[in-house]
Amino acid sequence: MAAVATCGSVAASTGSAVATASKSNVTSFQRRGPRASVTNDSGPRLVSIAGTRPSVRNGQLLVSTGLPALDQLLEEDKYNIYSPLLFKYFLAEGIVNGHTLLVASAKEDPANILQELPAPLLDDKCKKEFDEDVYNHKTPESNIKMKIAWRYQLLPKMEIGPVSSSRFGHYYDASKRMPQELIEASNWHGFFLPEKISSTLKVEPCSLTPGYTKLLQFIQNIIYEEGFDGSNPQKKQRNILRIGIQNLGSPLWGDDICCAENGGNSHSLTKFLYVLRGLLRTSLSACIITMPTHLIQNKAIIARVTTLSDVVVGLESFIGSERETNPLYKDYHGLIHIRQIPRLNNLICDESDVKDLAFKLKRKLFTIERLHLPPDLSDTVSRSSKMDLAESAKRLGPGCGMMAGGKKHLDF
Amino acid sequence: MFVELNNLLNTTPDRAEQGKLTLLCDAKTDGSFLVHHFLSFYLKANCKVCFVALIQSFSHYSIVGQKLGVSLTMARERGQLVFLEGLKSAVDVVFQAQKEPHPLQFLREANAGNLKPLFEFVREALKPVDSGEARWTYPVLLVDDLSVLLSLGMGAVAVLDFIHYCRATVCWELKASILYLMQGNMVVLVHDSGDAEDEENDILLNGLSHQSHLILRAEGLATGFCRDVHGQLRILWRRPSQPAVHRDQSFTYQYKIQDKSVSFFAKGMSPAVL
Repeated sequence: MAAVATCGSVAASTGSAVATASKSNVTSFQRRGPRASVTNDSGPRLVSIAGTRPSVRNGQLLVSTGLPALDQLLEEDKYNIYSPLLFKYFLAEGIVNGHTLLVASAKEDPANILQELPAPLLDDKCKKEFDEDVYNHKTPESNIKMKIAWRYQLLPKMEIGPVSSSRFGHYYDASKRMPQELIEASNWHGFFLPEKISSTLKVEPCSLTPGYTKLLQFIQNIIYEEGFDGSNPQKKQRNILRIGIQNLGSPLWGDDICCAENGGNSHSLTKFLYVLRGLLRTSLSACIITMPTHLIQNKAIIARVTTLSDVVVGLESFIGSERETNPLYKDYHGLIHIRQIPRLNNLICDESDVKDLAFKLKRKLFTIERLHLPPDLSDTVSRSSKMDLAESAKRLGPGCGMMAGGKKHLDF
Repeated sequence: MFVELNNLLNTTPDRAEQGKLTLLCDAKTDGSFLVHHFLSFYLKANCKVCFVALIQSFSHYSIVGQKLGVSLTMARERGQLVFLEGLKSAVDVVFQAQKEPHPLQFLREANAGNLKPLFEFVREALKPVDSGEARWTYPVLLVDDLSVLLSLGMGAVAVLDFIHYCRATVCWELKASILYLMQGNMVVLVHDSGDAEDEENDILLNGLSHQSHLILRAEGLATGFCRDVHGQLRILWRRPSQPAVHRDQSFTYQYKIQDKSVSFFAKGMSPAVL
């Protein structure tokens, strides 16, 4: 269950006190460690897949915002405004790196979701390469003839993908859409529940709701047919499958955990997550799931879902809540709570010290920063507003400065 | 295994107690380091181990095991370790019809009443082999973790029944021809959901707490996250069969998890603070 921000390139902020602006996948974290291009140095033993980087710490392949075979859960914000954005960043990173995508939704047609992905911000050098590659990809026979270094023409092409540079994480422009040719050049599969529910896909008997069963079958088919679990040796390079599932657990999937506290299908979602976890662990894939946890009536289910996921991130937007007018939060649009980080292949995990994170959506960029109190510059600020600030400061973790600490403070 | 934890528990692989049920519990933190400890401990004690790993894959335990000095692949090859990889088996069970009863059969059924196939698997795995020479000292069953069974649709009572049957088999069993007491150990991990109001989980946790001989409870610090002290470990020795004449012994330590070991210290005596 992919959390949008976390994982993947989660790493403690390197040195600087304020977390850096997020890279493409909305995470401000980068895994410390594999600075060098490990794929080149460690010899032929490591398979180099575009857009991945092996982690020195625990020997797993890191994908930008996700380890393969990792499952991240994103708890949606109340009005579902920001979580689709993070979901789209994850998918966009997949397209830019040439990964295969699988998008599942009960609400929107996956083709429409893909149309709305943010455009990648490529710097000039990359853009030129990218343009040439797209050109070459479409018309491979019209290779530019080399006149002087003609021997090099005989060497096989290194990588054929939209972006030839093996950069880890990209920046996106939230105000523009992804160019159509990138989407068409990518390999994606869509699962739109209203279409699939009526089709006669052979369904194994299982005690999940039919929507979940069909989705599991679909994912398993794709993994098996395209060889992500190593079953049929791929002729092409090995690739990562990025799975995105929207609004899991909502009534649109046929699940009633959002409607009743002890419904008949109370185990359906957790069983689905368990089998999905099994599928992800046995294949080269990463999955992000957004879930409306504020609608789930039974708190125990949220706890169980958290245990079954690897990374859990909660988004709390300030829209419609009393915090919107709070001067403490005036620069930000919401808070990010990182509820869980996995310890995979390791005793320790990469927990950062920064526990109070806030996000804001500027016109082009989505950034995540450490929440800090704005400076209290005015002398004549009234006592009551200082009390409000102090109240909200109490809820902050010890990481933030204790500027307005407590109700009683000396007023000079 | 963590040497400091062995000192705190007053055991070594050579002279560990037998016939005991150890309950590992974690609240607001991740107690999986305890599972790694016991797995490597019992493998080093030359026991036959049946590990029901429901939440992580084999490679995860294997890589951590290498850091702790045991090789799970080798243990599996020579028959010392029987590993049930829950995640992989679940995929097999759900997507293909199985001819023989599978330990995780309940995933296919809507209202599975009990965990009998899983118990049969455990019994088969820990059955003493009639080879004449005693290769392994005593059998051990390790489960990580039981709360997942609740998420998969089993009731708390069914899980308690499963543990009861396993205890009866692993901790004491009489063979047909000779009186052979197979005094094995069991170690299970259960999450404490705290204030999440998970009634089934609370029933399971309370039921097991009353049956176990040793409870190791890993808790997060009450004051929140700290970089140098990752949590608190409460050790509780119990004697469930005897009347509660003696007070149960209880110790509390704080710990910090490092790359290959865990260091324990008394409360407030973290090296970072002193």
